[in-house]
Amino acid sequence: MTMKRRFHITLPLICFLTPVLLWLVLLIVLPHVDLLRMSLRAEDDYGNAIWSFSNYMAFFQEPIYWLTFVRTAVYSIMVTVMTFIVAMPVAFYITKVVAPRFQGFLMMLLLMPFWVSELVRVYGWMILLRESGVINHFLTRMGILNQPIEMLYNDVTMVMGLVYTSMLFMAVPLVSVLESLDDSLIEAACDLGANMGTIFFRIVIPHAMPGIVSGSIVVFMLTLGNYLTPNMIGGKNALWFTEQIYNQFIASFNWNQGSAFGFLLLVLSSLVIWAGLKLTRQKLSRVVQ
Amino acid sequence: MQTDLSVQCVSKTFGDFTAVDNVSFEVPQGEFFSILGPSGCGKTTLLRMIAGFTAPSRGKILIREEDMAGVPPNRRPANLIFQHLALFPMMTVAQNIAFGLQRRREKRSDIQQKITRILERVDLPGFEDKAIDQLSGGQKQRVAIARCLVLEPAVLLLDEPLGALDLKLREQMKVELKKLQAQVGTTFVYITHDQSEALVMSDHVAVMNQGHFEQVDTPQNLYHQPQTSFVSRFVGDNNAWSGVVKRCEAETVDIETPSGQHFRTRATAPLTPGTAVDLFLRPEAMIIQPAADLPNLNRFEVIVKSLLFDGANSRLLANPLNDDTELLIALPQNRQFDHIRRDDRIEVAWDEQSGICFASSE
Repeated sequence: MTMKRRFHITLPLICFLTPVLLWLVLLIVLPHVDLLRMSLRAEDDYGNAIWSFSNYMAFFQEPIYWLTFVRTAVYSIMVTVMTFIVAMPVAFYITKVVAPRFQGFLMMLLLMPFWVSELVRVYGWMILLRESGVINHFLTRMGILNQPIEMLYNDVTMVMGLVYTSMLFMAVPLVSVLESLDDSLIEAACDLGANMGTIFFRIVIPHAMPGIVSGSIVVFMLTLGNYLTPNMIGGKNALWFTEQIYNQFIASFNWNQGSAFGFLLLVLSSLVIWAGLKLTRQKLSRVVQ
Repeated sequence: MQTDLSVQCVSKTFGDFTAVDNVSFEVPQGEFFSILGPSGCGKTTLLRMIAGFTAPSRGKILIREEDMAGVPPNRRPANLIFQHLALFPMMTVAQNIAFGLQRRREKRSDIQQKITRILERVDLPGFEDKAIDQLSGGQKQRVAIARCLVLEPAVLLLDEPLGALDLKLREQMKVELKKLQAQVGTTFVYITHDQSEALVMSDHVAVMNQGHFEQVDTPQNLYHQPQTSFVSRFVGDNNAWSGVVKRCEAETVDIETPSGQHFRTRATAPLTPGTAVDLFLRPEAMIIQPAADLPNLNRFEVIVKSLLFDGANSRLLANPLNDDTELLIALPQNRQFDHIRRDDRIEVAWDEQSGICFASSE
């Protein structure tokens, strides 16, 4: 269509648009504008409020801040990749291998853990993994371990917990995108002489790309902004950038510094997602469909 | 002549259901062989067994004298064209065609050459860089065929590839496919439920019903000498009567229909008097207003119910007197009978040799 559709402002349009606009302006735009304003305020030597980049400078001058920042980004990317590696076979199994009447049941099983809150799920992991927990109990009983070991409060456990938490958000888009993959494409590739690996990398992955990217975006953003899981099973050595923000706001009561950190996190997630889209040659408009 | 495909006593059962029941046939090199049957008759299962996607429960499949048992589809010298073609939408035309060649690790320059050559062959030169969704239905068809033919398979299997096309294109592709097959000389095994596709294109046609072959023959023989009542019903249009044998001598039988009409016709096998039979007669075998002195005719009167004008394929729909059997009568093309109107009473007749009857299955 070459003709541009005229945009008329009508009553139904206003009715539908008003809640959206209110939501956008009140809950997203205004707070962020205020956050930006706050992040650029500081006190000079006399205690007067002035405009300054000092909050952002502090981030770069204090290694603990930017090291945590980089660590959070690297771990989030890692978690995203691992979630994909775990979720892909699950989604493939549900859509292509298992009989159709079990598909709904398996999707249900996948959804079930998400009926309880993240907090309860993390506590579940803690019951399993802590020094006096279920797994340690059985391992010592069976004589595999001489004495219980602490499995919580390290990076491996934290990454595992994050993968577990974000699993569903990767699996659902993958299931829906794989469902739209015609089985005869796989059969045709096989008929033309392709082996399993070729079919996976030349047919399944390219077809699933929009789902992979949209799942990855969600998982990455959720992981980057996750506070609970890293805080509870990551322990004190495993700092997450959200904890830094929390500390600035709540512990140090330095809202200006906290706002700057919040903004940096926003810039970081936008940058990584932009790079990811460029790398996979996907368009955001296609991915969010 | 070399046999490209040999299917020996193949059966396939799914639980209690027998999809393919003891089917055997051979296809010599370079032949266009069709399997014709209604949907659900097991023809797709049979094709998938030849392609290797399903393993037969019993029997052997040989391609070029080699037993295919346990050989996966990606190692078989047979390629399948899927019903919906299954072109890879994420690749261009050239990448689609190159897919199979790359799997064989052929040289890049060879692949380029082969793509150019095969695209010329299917009449799509210069289409290398087109995306699949830029192609029309007929062009997709040809790319799908090119993608398989470029691998030079011993047997090319086609699973109703014309089913999704509109009528006009289907008629055109039918002729093209036959020409293409004659040019490349590859053995084609084509399955379809459309009898006209099978008759037009094939050297031999197998008519399949409920898992077994009813008849394997040339299209001409299938049409003129059907061996079973299913073949008569399924291949081409036919008028059917049920009746009872009154007298039988050699291959000629006298039949009485429930409404009291008497016909004399031929049978494929001797029938004892009293046997219930089905009698079949082609619409074009009916003679309208026959000359009084023509011998050996079954003559009777009918009332015209409607005129079905369809160009070269125009017919009359008529009822015999005191009978509500619907009869199709082909109208000759010389406009000799343009005066016939609805509710006219006319005499029709057919030659004793043009009908055929079988003992009815019920």
